[in-house]
Amino acid sequence: MFYREAGQFKTSYTADQAAFPIAQDRIFIAIWLFIGFVAVPLLSNEYLFRAIFIPFLILALAALGLNLLVGYCGQVSLGTGAFMAVGAYAAYNFWTRIPGLNPLVAFMLAGGVATIVGILFGIPSLRIKGFYLAVATLAAQFFLDWVFSRIGWFTNYTPSGSIAVPPVELFGFAFASPVSKYLLCLTILVLFAVVAKNIVRGRIGRSWMATRDMDVAAEIIGIRPMYAKLSAFAVSSFFIGVAGALWGFVHLESWEPLAFDINRSFSILFMVIIGGLGSIMGAFLGAAFITVLPLFLNQLPTWIGIEVSTAMISHIEFMIFGALIIFFLAVEPLGMARMWRIGKEKLRLWPFPY
Amino acid sequence: MAFFIEVLISGLMAGVLYSLVALGFVLIFKASGVFNFAQGAMVLFAALTFVRLIDILSETFAPILLSLAITIVVMIVLAIVIERLVLRPLVNQPGISLFMATLGIAYFLDGFGQSIWGSDVYALDIGIPKDSMFILESVFEGGILVSSEDLVATLIAGVLVATLAIFFQRTRVGRALRAVADDHQAAQSVGIPLNYIWVVVWSVAGLVALVAGAVWGSKLGVQFSLSLIALKALPVLILGGFESVVGAIVGGLIIGVGEKLSEIYLGPIIGGGIENWFAYVLALFFLLFRPQGLFGEKHIDRV
Repeated sequence: MFYREAGQFKTSYTADQAAFPIAQDRIFIAIWLFIGFVAVPLLSNEYLFRAIFIPFLILALAALGLNLLVGYCGQVSLGTGAFMAVGAYAAYNFWTRIPGLNPLVAFMLAGGVATIVGILFGIPSLRIKGFYLAVATLAAQFFLDWVFSRIGWFTNYTPSGSIAVPPVELFGFAFASPVSKYLLCLTILVLFAVVAKNIVRGRIGRSWMATRDMDVAAEIIGIRPMYAKLSAFAVSSFFIGVAGALWGFVHLESWEPLAFDINRSFSILFMVIIGGLGSIMGAFLGAAFITVLPLFLNQLPTWIGIEVSTAMISHIEFMIFGALIIFFLAVEPLGMARMWRIGKEKLRLWPFPY
Repeated sequence: MAFFIEVLISGLMAGVLYSLVALGFVLIFKASGVFNFAQGAMVLFAALTFVRLIDILSETFAPILLSLAITIVVMIVLAIVIERLVLRPLVNQPGISLFMATLGIAYFLDGFGQSIWGSDVYALDIGIPKDSMFILESVFEGGILVSSEDLVATLIAGVLVATLAIFFQRTRVGRALRAVADDHQAAQSVGIPLNYIWVVVWSVAGLVALVAGAVWGSKLGVQFSLSLIALKALPVLILGGFESVVGAIVGGLIIGVGEKLSEIYLGPIIGGGIENWFAYVLALFFLLFRPQGLFGEKHIDRV
């Protein structure tokens, strides 16, 4: 009885086409926004911001971008880490080479560069499908890794190859404290989520989904596969590029190519799949799960009071992480977003039996 | 000219080693449609088990043979466990979920193997001669340098492939495997037990991983980086085609040669370290002309 859409009549076209036509959804989102913008900054401490909230927000943005590509358009990509690196290094180069550039503009330009690179590496998707494409996107991962570690121009010829940046400064305000960084990331994430939500329920999103479900059939009903696939690569890379720029500038503040290696790609793909393919909610849920899990596993031995060596802990962490992934896929292969949907179905009747 | 041929031969032999890893991928993909990312972790796990058991059994009369036998049993048990706990619950799920599950297996095996056997570098000596020799001295001045280690590895790979070919073509189980690879439902409807076939094929992939692990391990030492050679085998796979054993071998040879030649002739021009991505770009280039790999099956989509 808590989630019932009966009786909510739509009396205008605008109401009919709203992003969230059901009142409970709107209330729910308002509650989350309140928690995000007001409750969390008031209640949590510096460690939580640094270790959980800021990485979660940025990785959620990357997962959102990857979900547009994998979940909505059906093109599996293992090059996410590389596209994040493109965003980070592009932002760095814009920021150092154009003095006085607003960092936000630099981030958006970095997203633009990532878009172009994403389209370039998306071109094989026109010929190659499925796992062949997934492996082909690894080419992007290894090639771009190499580019950023070997070509000095991108790192402004720093001898160590690592990059350090001062805190982001916007309109005279330096985002140095964890709370301000958190709010900056949260604002950007919310804006991008709104954009994503509207893209996927519009014409482009529908053409992506048609391509995902069956590309030949989509082509027959008049969707240009080249346009659909490349636009998915473009939009997704833009999101991921901005996420990469934020990861470098806001979270790490000094980084080297290793920060964007293949494990980053895999962990973001995990987020998308565990969260739920083809669901914006899923990207958030998956990002939260994958960000918190390693921290939790790391703390677990100290909580139960077992003394183990660090190497052993990291091995056991690997094991539990792998086992949990398998367990999760076996229990709910469609991801956490599916659980969420089941929960809503249950809430429709609860507490009455029918 | 002699130098070119020397590079060519060493490339071919490196290629054989890549093929060994790629072979495990192909077997599993053919029989169960699973893109098994855990093959590299299986190589590491098999090699670690093998090398540590040799240490433990060094008092007995034939440590290497005994350890080999036990490792084979371990790999078969592993296949059974994977089938029970991973494949069976995930039957009929989309390929990407299964792929993710094998990533989970890879994480688990990496952690598991290293927490029981330790994470140091272990030297593996199974009696492969390490010295090099010169061949074709009559044709070229000074002859061509060939490492006998690579030669033995090639020989082992050849024997392995021949055995597999006989197994697939001539035995009852092999025929069942080919039937499953062709069409799961049709195979099941003529009474082939799918679960049993999966156990068999994962065991065979485990044995291939053991051979690959032993050969690579005696070359480089058994260490964590063995797990990463899976990444080297992936371009081999897309180049040869996921479904083709021949493809894995030919693809491996092309990648091996391409990598060595590019390292020597292209490396100095565009900077070192290109072997990490060159194989991928090479494979991508081939894919633009044949999207299903050189020997892969062409799928015809029906609406």
